[in-house]
Amino acid sequence: MANLKTVSKKSKAQSMGMHTEVLTGRTQQKFFNPDEAENFYYFGTYDVDFNKRTELDVKDMTAPEANKEIDNLMSQGYGTIVIKNPQGKHSLGVGILNKLNLIFEGSLGYFGMGSCDGPIVRINGRVGWSCAENLMAGKVVIEKNAGSCFGAAIRGGDLICKGSVGARTGIDMKGGTIIIGGDAGAFTGFMMQRGRIIILGDVGINLGDSMYDGTIFVGGEIGSYGSDAVDSELTSSDQDWLKRKLKVAEIGENFDVSKMKKIVAGKKLWNYDNLEPTEKKGAI
Amino acid sequence: MCGIAGLIHRGKSSNVGSELQGMLQALKHRGEDSTGYALYGDTDGKNFIMRFKVGENVGEGSSSVMEDVSVYDERKKIVDETLAEMGAKIVKEERTLPYSLRYELDYNVKDLLEFSQRIESIPGVEILSMGKSLEVIKDLGNAKMVCDRYSLDKVVGTHAIGHARMATESGVDIKSAHPFWGYPFSDVSVVHNGQLTNYWNNRRVLENKGMRFMSECDSELIAVYIAEKMRDGATLEEGMKASLTGLDGVFTYFVATKDSLGMAKDTMAAKPLVLYESDDLVAMGSEEIAIRSVLPQEIDTYDPFDGEVKVWQI
Repeated sequence: MANLKTVSKKSKAQSMGMHTEVLTGRTQQKFFNPDEAENFYYFGTYDVDFNKRTELDVKDMTAPEANKEIDNLMSQGYGTIVIKNPQGKHSLGVGILNKLNLIFEGSLGYFGMGSCDGPIVRINGRVGWSCAENLMAGKVVIEKNAGSCFGAAIRGGDLICKGSVGARTGIDMKGGTIIIGGDAGAFTGFMMQRGRIIILGDVGINLGDSMYDGTIFVGGEIGSYGSDAVDSELTSSDQDWLKRKLKVAEIGENFDVSKMKKIVAGKKLWNYDNLEPTEKKGAI
Repeated sequence: MCGIAGLIHRGKSSNVGSELQGMLQALKHRGEDSTGYALYGDTDGKNFIMRFKVGENVGEGSSSVMEDVSVYDERKKIVDETLAEMGAKIVKEERTLPYSLRYELDYNVKDLLEFSQRIESIPGVEILSMGKSLEVIKDLGNAKMVCDRYSLDKVVGTHAIGHARMATESGVDIKSAHPFWGYPFSDVSVVHNGQLTNYWNNRRVLENKGMRFMSECDSELIAVYIAEKMRDGATLEEGMKASLTGLDGVFTYFVATKDSLGMAKDTMAAKPLVLYESDDLVAMGSEEIAIRSVLPQEIDTYDPFDGEVKVWQI
């Protein structure tokens, strides 16, 4: 690979194996322009104070009621919200496009924290299927186990499960990082297109099946490789990145990353060639 | 999409009727075409309990028809006569609904195959369950409706499995509702969430071996498949493990016997299951909210992995 510090912006992206095609269309021009990135905000988001903290007991609320109340609290400037008694309810915390410290004192059901962009979330319990699906940015930490389709289709952010996860973790993911402290089930990284998955424990059959791109790091045993998933050399920069990431994630800080296996796409399937905003920004 | 739930108390009995009702009602959004309970109640173990129906409760897409109560009375009369001919004495009789009956039978035969074949040779009659502890109750509607209709909330026992059904590949009627009895084995029942894609191939093979099917519901295949394995000498766990390769498709299912409860998940792990396990209680369901209905406090739960089979004893 060329020296990324000295090459031009255009060749730098190409050196990283990325493309620099001109993006067209009004939406893409707005979203992908790094100069405008700092000015970007969602309509209806709030200016919150992380030091302003409150608690919300959702025991007798439906998920829409609870989510509406979270929105209401953010509108009042609360930047740290503790959710009590989630009791496995589905779809809690979905669609938060705001900076926010959100803490769940308990477990979530399906689709928890889905379609979010920005919040920092800690879940002191377990999560059901499809946790943090379509996450754009932010950080979601699960203290216990997670169900299947963990981090499905995420585009950015960090998604961390300190326990074990079910099948199809990171299915169709397009960016971001998923970190698993325990074991992962079958079809992990199924059809993933970009991003990274780190699994400290064992992983089930068909790892990385039909993956287009992205990287999977596994610390334990692999049940079997999926179609077009192949081993790759674990470089020293990979190890540095893994150490940093595990430290930041407060998980496996003393884990011996040098023994991890690195799995990438064999690229016999077709290659997906659009860049995510954060990748574009980093490449330029 | 269907929902399944099950629980087993180890070393004690509990109000499993009410507990399972709560679990299944929490899953009603997964389907409320019909709901079924397989309850393993506390009994003295002397008599057989036979749950059977002499007619149908008919919903959308069913090939059955609603019949007059007089037809049910006639069928019941033939059942009573047949039982007398086989030397089965009716100790207690309950007729909850015109088409649904519960008999306690003084009958000392180990092999229930001939018994079941004779009873079910009566047109319109189907044994829902036969056992010394098991009672299968299933009907149209959600968990609460069925529970209220059959007064199940006071049933005390050690374990139970149940099913909330959204009918997809067969009609809305009792014969297609879960749980299925593991005919002709005493006290064996099955509930299933998923689709089996080699149903007809397996069915033909099993029918050629003398096994019986009452519906065209793919889930019935699991009960028959495992029953056939057990007939050939396999343990429950061995039969369940064989099913992981013998059955094709996506599935999560539970099997219960007089003193055990088991779960199996297909090798693609395509169907959900959340499990809570402690020294005195195992509770599991398609979604965590089912477990939360009996254990509202914060607990540790997990998803079993692909191809996993587990069996617990009471």
